[in-house]
Amino acid sequence: MAEVKHNIKLPKESLEKTTQTINLGPTHPATHGVFQNILEIDGEKIIQATPTVGYIHRAFEKIAERKPLYQVTPLTDRLNYCSAPINNIGWHLTVEKFVGIDIPARAQYLRVIIMELARISDHLICNSILGVDSGAFTGFLYIFQYRELIYEIYEEICGSRLTTNIGRIGGFERDFSETAWTKINKFLDEYPRVLKEFEDLFNRNRIFIERTQGVGGISAERALAYGFTGPNLRAAGVDYDVRIQKPYCRYQEFDFKVPVGTTGDCYDRYLVRNEEMWQSISLIKQAIQKIGELKGEEATKYHADAPDFYLPLKKDVYTKMEALIYHFKIIMGEVDIPAGELYNAVEGANGELGYYFISDGGRSAYRLHFRRPCFIYYQAYPELVEGSMLSDAILTMSSLNLIAGELDA
Amino acid sequence: MLNSKFVLDKLIEKFGEVITGYEESFGLMAIHADKEFNLKILQFLYDEEDLAFRFLTDLTAIHYPDHKGEELVVTYLVYNMTQNFHIRLKFALDINESNIYTASQLHPTANWLERECYDFFGVNFVGHPNLIRVMNVDEMDYFPLRKEFPLEDQTRTDKDDEMFGRGGHFNFGNFSV
Repeated sequence: MAEVKHNIKLPKESLEKTTQTINLGPTHPATHGVFQNILEIDGEKIIQATPTVGYIHRAFEKIAERKPLYQVTPLTDRLNYCSAPINNIGWHLTVEKFVGIDIPARAQYLRVIIMELARISDHLICNSILGVDSGAFTGFLYIFQYRELIYEIYEEICGSRLTTNIGRIGGFERDFSETAWTKINKFLDEYPRVLKEFEDLFNRNRIFIERTQGVGGISAERALAYGFTGPNLRAAGVDYDVRIQKPYCRYQEFDFKVPVGTTGDCYDRYLVRNEEMWQSISLIKQAIQKIGELKGEEATKYHADAPDFYLPLKKDVYTKMEALIYHFKIIMGEVDIPAGELYNAVEGANGELGYYFISDGGRSAYRLHFRRPCFIYYQAYPELVEGSMLSDAILTMSSLNLIAGELDA
Repeated sequence: MLNSKFVLDKLIEKFGEVITGYEESFGLMAIHADKEFNLKILQFLYDEEDLAFRFLTDLTAIHYPDHKGEELVVTYLVYNMTQNFHIRLKFALDINESNIYTASQLHPTANWLERECYDFFGVNFVGHPNLIRVMNVDEMDYFPLRKEFPLEDQTRTDKDDEMFGRGGHFNFGNFSV
């Protein structure tokens, strides 16, 4: 437990002449997750903030040292659980790059669709919760129905909703069904209108603007010094996006814009996230179009030919010797991986989600380190809120999109 | 444009013997150097105009129990954002004397990442403003990501684990099930 000193740095104009310690968290409803802020307040003004994390640390890095690679995917689900598919696919991409598997075009575009849906669902929650914390519940209640549509798409593709374990090393376990496509198209038809209405509720809303503008701002220099990535860095005016800098899944073929803000405050972060949702919609449409243009074998192949990592079809397992052997080898984790190390990153919904994978030639990772964007930028929280009002601190917290699972790994 | 060779040459020119080796995998060069110079090297990479590695992407540690005298490796991944180029630095430490200078004054990002390294590997970052555990409880007296703490062997039989379906015997008192 961090020690907090009383009566420190009291400003001259202090009314109370003394400070109080309050605990925001670990189970406070305003934190939206299990982490703690010990705040030292003078009246309603924050003098000092001490973030404490680790309440739901689950030792993923240690567990991953024992698991076969395909069993690490469900662990990554539980990092940023608001956009689990990005974590899953990021991990698959890391393994594929490490062992050198070529992924067919269709699988890559399908991944783009899933990852952008996940990005929408993540930003949608963050922005609508920002509304809730500033007193506007309507937007949240309205737009949350559309996260349900996204979860139904996941459900159709992989069978689960929150912790998805979507896809496999090498592609997808099955092709998207007709129902899945119907659901994706339904979402694409309905969501833009809703997002427009959501923006109409907030963008020029006087109360919302006054609550968020100039609150929790950070300059580009400080944001870079604190290792900000993703929407929070872009809101401060730096156009860093892993999808552009180190393209994966054929992002280089897509036409999309990277929105940037200027002041890095809550309002800019809100605007950047909203614009990213529009870009994601456009990316999904482009991906669908690109899938439609594929010809021949490319148009149907949804997984790579990687027998060491990609499970064979069930009917083959029952009828063919080789398929049975590979099935057994994969499930029992008896696939040898070459020695080496790799750092691979994807653009998660919160920023650069990196996987530092080291293998010593065994059957599981020798060491696996997750670069969790949340954990890194949460350090800046005291600097963002010190001197501001308590209610602004809560807005700042929700606009940073802190996810407890990602903080703690 | 930056490339690995240019960075390596610059570092060798400046630090000479301190740079003990390098390796390259998947287009990312990892430079090994003497741990005493970690901060000087990071500062040089930060300050030099044609290097300008000013973004610390990641910092972590690795434990190699078999490398005697160099059991712990602290590794920094620094990034030149304008030229889109990464470089990795590796510093080997003796596990019994795992001191290395903190980079948290140069890169505020390193603050919690170093605390994480301390928490899980016991690396002592000299000069760190607040080197306490970040994930685990403060009372913990070991460093759990070191290799001497293996995860449980899933085939072990000596454990009284009947409630979890692995045989053994559980005493229900007077009850029988």
